[in-house]
Amino acid sequence: MRTALVVLRKDLRVESRTLETVPAMILLALITFVIFHFGLDRDTIGGQLAAGVLTATLLFAAMLGINRLFVAEREQGGFDAFLMAPVDRTALLIAKAAALFIYLIVLEIVAVPAFGLLLLGPSLGHALPGIVLILILANVGLSVIGTLVSAIAVHTRARDLIGPVIGLPLLLPALIATARGLGPLLRAGHAASAPPGRWLAILALYDLVFALIAYGVFDFLLED
Amino acid sequence: MDAKLPAIELRGVTRHFGERSALREVSARVPAGATLAVLGRNGAGKSTLLRILAALLRPHEGEVLVFGEPLPRRAFAVRAKLGLLAHDPLLYRELTGRENLEYHARLHGVPRGRVDEVLEAVAMERRADDPVRLLSRGMVQRVAIARAVLHAPRLLLLDEPRANLDPSAAELVEPLIGRASGCTRVLTSHDPGAALAEADLVLALKDGRAVFVGEPTAFGEAQVKELYA
Repeated sequence: MRTALVVLRKDLRVESRTLETVPAMILLALITFVIFHFGLDRDTIGGQLAAGVLTATLLFAAMLGINRLFVAEREQGGFDAFLMAPVDRTALLIAKAAALFIYLIVLEIVAVPAFGLLLLGPSLGHALPGIVLILILANVGLSVIGTLVSAIAVHTRARDLIGPVIGLPLLLPALIATARGLGPLLRAGHAASAPPGRWLAILALYDLVFALIAYGVFDFLLED
Repeated sequence: MDAKLPAIELRGVTRHFGERSALREVSARVPAGATLAVLGRNGAGKSTLLRILAALLRPHEGEVLVFGEPLPRRAFAVRAKLGLLAHDPLLYRELTGRENLEYHARLHGVPRGRVDEVLEAVAMERRADDPVRLLSRGMVQRVAIARAVLHAPRLLLLDEPRANLDPSAAELVEPLIGRASGCTRVLTSHDPGAALAEADLVLALKDGRAVFVGEPTAFGEAQVKELYA
């Protein structure tokens, strides 16, 4: 855990100096909301449509972060330096997943209120705790699967393609559960105040399964 | 550990990249404390050999033993004993030299005081808080050398270690990466004269094959010319 914190601190420091990933993720999300606003030709949306738009937008913005997760390691030799250190390689998985999780939280702090202002009909207020809970569970899945996919993609020449091509199908169940969980919370008029437990359970289970898979295979992914 | 145990033993090491063989059945034995100069033209397999010794690449055939431990199977046991100075400085450009070294110190469990020690040894204390991207190539190389020796490794893998260094800087880093370091060293160089002068053993590679393994005195000028022809 100590090594993971060392790597995470380094990653956050590099990101705070370069601002290459998080601002791009936020910008993409905001542009996508504007595109949906005009593409759907509606001033406001609610319910399952709103949940789908929000989830898909966050997913596409997350793909940017996933694609860039290991860029500094690959381009600046960080992989070699880490692999030569006498440390548990799982620390890299934990650090990278934690970094992506933090990027997603920052993205959502900006993107969710912007979504409320630009597209959403019903007010976010009463449903916010439920939305936060679902997004946290979704972020765990995105972070773990994103880190796995990024670790696979970074060793390939077509890494910009590999990320979405492998990542999006793997993330589909999490995307469905997130959107279905958010739908009732974003309904106009009689919106639910808590997310449906079934979708929360599916998201949590999905997170757990992929966390175990990631733990099992990550070492192998770093091998030559 | 058995004092007579060689620091490095290569037995028929072969490594392919797709259809191309980067190394073919290379064998050599390097006693502890000795310096092996690996010579050859660009693409001869020198960097591949260093990466195999650093446990960053696995050989497709043959055996690699470092301090008696087979690689990559027992890489964990030897990582702390290896220092790699590669073409790439393995430094994050946005971090300062000091931040980079502190990061590596934490990964290797080295006390922070050692960072100041190595920065002083490469005369980089005054520019230690500048981002690496603002440093000259020579300065980056000095920080990279500081990184490679930070954890006091016993085996130094040096790929063109004096690249970008002016004569005074090259002299400055001598106690860290030169013979005076007391480490077993494997070094590559495009300057065969300089490499032969500090080598105890020579491994000449041509198209991935070892065409000569032996003492530098037995590797004459004609052989050097032929190797680089």
